[in-house]
Amino acid sequence: MSDPRSTELSNVSTTVLGADEIILNMGPQHPSTHGVLRVKLKLDGERVVDSECIIGYLHRGVEKIAEHRSYQQFAPYVDRMDYVAAVSNGLGYCEAVEKLLGTEAPIRARVVRTILTELQRIASHLLWLGTHALDIGALTPVFYCFREREEILKIFEKYCGARLTTHAFRIGGLQYETYDGFEQDVKRFCDDFAHRIDEYETLLTENRIWVGRTKGVGILSAADAVALGVTGPVLRASGVKWDLRKAMPYAAYDQYKFEIPTRETGDTYDRYVVRMEEMRQSRLICLQAIENIPAGPIMARIGKVLKPPPGEVYHSIEAPKGELGYYIVSDGTTQPYRVRVRPPSFINLQAFDKMARGSLVADVVAIIGTIDIVLGEVDR
Amino acid sequence: MANDPSEKDPVSKPPASGAEEKPIAQKPAEPSQTSSPAQAPKSADAPAPRPAAPAATTPAAPPAPGAPAAKPAAPAAAAPKAAAPPAKEAAPKPLPLDNELVQKLKARFGDAIREATLDRKQAIVTIAAEQLREISRYCRDEEKFDMLVDLTAVDWPKREKRFDVILIVYSFAKNERVRLKAHAGETEPVPSVCEIWPAANWLERECYDMFGIVFQGHPDLKRILMPDEWQGYPLRKDYDILKQDTDWVRENLGIESGQ
Repeated sequence: MSDPRSTELSNVSTTVLGADEIILNMGPQHPSTHGVLRVKLKLDGERVVDSECIIGYLHRGVEKIAEHRSYQQFAPYVDRMDYVAAVSNGLGYCEAVEKLLGTEAPIRARVVRTILTELQRIASHLLWLGTHALDIGALTPVFYCFREREEILKIFEKYCGARLTTHAFRIGGLQYETYDGFEQDVKRFCDDFAHRIDEYETLLTENRIWVGRTKGVGILSAADAVALGVTGPVLRASGVKWDLRKAMPYAAYDQYKFEIPTRETGDTYDRYVVRMEEMRQSRLICLQAIENIPAGPIMARIGKVLKPPPGEVYHSIEAPKGELGYYIVSDGTTQPYRVRVRPPSFINLQAFDKMARGSLVADVVAIIGTIDIVLGEVDR
Repeated sequence: MANDPSEKDPVSKPPASGAEEKPIAQKPAEPSQTSSPAQAPKSADAPAPRPAAPAATTPAAPPAPGAPAAKPAAPAAAAPKAAAPPAKEAAPKPLPLDNELVQKLKARFGDAIREATLDRKQAIVTIAAEQLREISRYCRDEEKFDMLVDLTAVDWPKREKRFDVILIVYSFAKNERVRLKAHAGETEPVPSVCEIWPAANWLERECYDMFGIVFQGHPDLKRILMPDEWQGYPLRKDYDILKQDTDWVRENLGIESGQ
């Protein structure tokens, strides 16, 4: 390989190999690694003995860029981290800066933010479901998932003109009012989605091949998950009932009723079930929210030049992949002194080794899929 | 956000009521109070340090440019209600923190607990870097901070010890977050907390990669995002945003510049 990194002997390759052991390199150009993830596997026959993830191929220095942009200018950049859940990234960043300023978005803005973020969660989970199923060999779901996701992206497009990297929110609230018929569009989507998701379940939940490929694969115990800092659906599938939307409510989540789905085993199948249920819960949140979007301003009075008083803040939200946090240090100027992103994908991916050890090579594909990583966020 | 228990600080509520009366009742007393911040830590929930905050920050009011210009005059007038909003919006100044956790930490580690503050209702405990591992272990085992949320650093090149190493820890039992902060010099190794929270493994590697901070006791400290042979530490303040390792770029990408 021409990749300079491959010349460096990693831990995996410097260890002495047993008679039956081989090193297998997966990626960075591998369709099932969902981007440019490279995994080095040490195999004993078909079993994974050791593994190492090599990342950084998509590193763009987002945190460095932040120090050279004003607070508002940096907002579009965060969309490019987890680019399949750009709205969630934006929410976390805007709220963090608002906290740094000591202000809060008006309630109307917070409710609209909640709706869009929950739609984004469904879109992100749908993309995960489609590609994860595709990796494992179920070709059909991906078409249906993209059909549904398309409806959500259309709502985004009508709302702010962009589908993927939306920059939907502004620091202090929203730039755009909701368009005429926004509630109806969301309602229509939610109504349809109820049976759509049941339909997907008929494709997979009791499918013998799907169950065979996912049950007991990539088990992560609750203790390991907590020790490794894993958050989001992966943590909940291991039996820890913890969701930032409930634990430390932000936006308007404290106003809505929803459940935190959990499972016990922490295998790939459980993570599938948790995410499916999460989509249903997100749908319920959207339905509750559009019932009553309060009237009022959509933007807090924060002025055009933002100079947060010196100090620091950490704010995190429950992104589709887990806890997405922003640690921002201000020195009182218009540009942040330091922006640190706590990327859920990066930290969850660290648990890959724990999940993969002892499993079969074919299951590695399932395990990468089940963590639900986006390399843009892992590498930043 | 109001329900966020990590942010339920004993300080925020009382001053709100306190601030309403203070401007009129104790206006002359203010200077003496500001000049004695030393006694402040003891009375964390007494409103003493707070009234000074609106008074000090309203004249230099850039934090809230949207606020009407008439504001500074309001607190001086006998309108106690008007004094309340600036107190809320005013620059969230770091306040001394003295809760149960800090007392326990101080009793146990003494001088290693340098400072405890509350910034924007979030707890920050500054500790001595040498004791980082012991304090971390105590926080995990005794205080149930079982998850390391994040580990990162901030570079202050003008300071004698240029780096802040920051650990954000979370307790599921208390639903509370605390930031541990340790100062480290450029060449000083910082104890690794990998064995306490395995999550620290990649986070410390990233910190090393970006800042060049060496974590002592880390099982495999090497670059994680940048190529292994890269020279320089990109997130240091003296590393210009356009700077790159030109030799590496020429050798590995076959071009003169990556720009």
